[in-house]
Amino acid sequence: MTTTEQNIDKKLIPILGGVSDPEIPVLSIMDMGVVRSAVIENNTVKVEITPTYSGCPAMDVIGDDIKKALKEAGYNSEIELILHPAWTTDWITPRGRKALEDYGIAAPLGAEADKDVLLNGKRIVKCTNCGSQNTRLVSQFGSTACKAQFQCDDCQEPFDYFKCLK
Amino acid sequence: MKNKNLYNYILGIADNSLILGQRLGELCGHGPTLETDIACTNVSLDLFGQVRSYFQYAAKIADDGRTEDDIAMLRKEREYLNVLLVEQPNTNFAYTIGRQFLFDVYHLAFLTELEKSKDLTLSAIAKKSIKEVRYHERFSSDWVKRLGDGTEESKTKMQEAINDLWTYTDELFHQTEADKAMVKEGIGVDVTKLKEDYYENVSELLEESTLEVPESKYFQKGGKKGIHTEHMGYLLAELQYMQRAYPNMEW
Repeated sequence: MTTTEQNIDKKLIPILGGVSDPEIPVLSIMDMGVVRSAVIENNTVKVEITPTYSGCPAMDVIGDDIKKALKEAGYNSEIELILHPAWTTDWITPRGRKALEDYGIAAPLGAEADKDVLLNGKRIVKCTNCGSQNTRLVSQFGSTACKAQFQCDDCQEPFDYFKCLK
Repeated sequence: MKNKNLYNYILGIADNSLILGQRLGELCGHGPTLETDIACTNVSLDLFGQVRSYFQYAAKIADDGRTEDDIAMLRKEREYLNVLLVEQPNTNFAYTIGRQFLFDVYHLAFLTELEKSKDLTLSAIAKKSIKEVRYHERFSSDWVKRLGDGTEESKTKMQEAINDLWTYTDELFHQTEADKAMVKEGIGVDVTKLKEDYYENVSELLEESTLEVPESKYFQKGGKKGIHTEHMGYLLAELQYMQRAYPNMEW
């Protein structure tokens, strides 16, 4: 169990677990670790979410989707965006990491390994298509703020790598 | 306004990111290669995200009915408090990278200190932003090295950009009235203390990039007081177009 789940009312976990990141639809916001707390007070659910990246346009959509899901379950809701503690890729659950990999996005490495990969050209990111580590960085910035672009030199497949944020 | 100094202090920080974000955003679809185009606009997006947090906070402090959008979009040129460095144009890719690098090194040092602020909102924004800015600084230093230690042409252009932009670096370390008041209260960062490390770090990277560290001691200033270079008016005309043409729209 992650520390966050302790602050989330058990009844709400399945509802919130059904909301996904609009840019990575296989990843639930619970597995992403952006829901920091959710409590029910007089039939109103107060939800605290934290952005992955400051400018992430998905946050507004996530807020709206949470409201919609809770409404369908019969709750009113208030969403608050909190910045502290700042989100880290460590909060992505093991199930979330697997979902990313299955979707074709390499899951984040540890901070040191991440630096080696992005700065020193080390080949350790596993290709999500063939599993080879003979991969190279194409660009430190990818299709969204949270990802970098890679290409596999064995199967030639281009893919995204979810950058480590600590 | 009750806390004018804090309000101006927040604006000073936020405007740097807003104006630099706008400059980088100009490259959307116009970057020299697809990857650098995406990188510049990603950095822009991070900066705009940070700016929203600052302006939301500023709107709360101002408490006069203005929203984050009003503060960001509806001030006059003289009311923007960003440093001159960030408003300099994307003359060529070396200028874009040079400007970014000279700002990123400062930004990283600044946020590292702002994290310790007694103001919990500013400290939280700094903690969040610093993770993103680390990537920005890696990206820009990496490119300074590639261009500086690249071909004869890339080296010449990179050196030219650094020489030209150098004159705007000293202003980063000037204290405004709001700065002084906020430092006193344990909220603000004493930028004068960042100067020595800044020039040391920048010089080290330039030398590593086989570039010369400019010796000029002639520096431009004014942005922090709202007195901008000629470029600013054109930039604002584009930045504010939507708000002026369609008032009250939200971003």
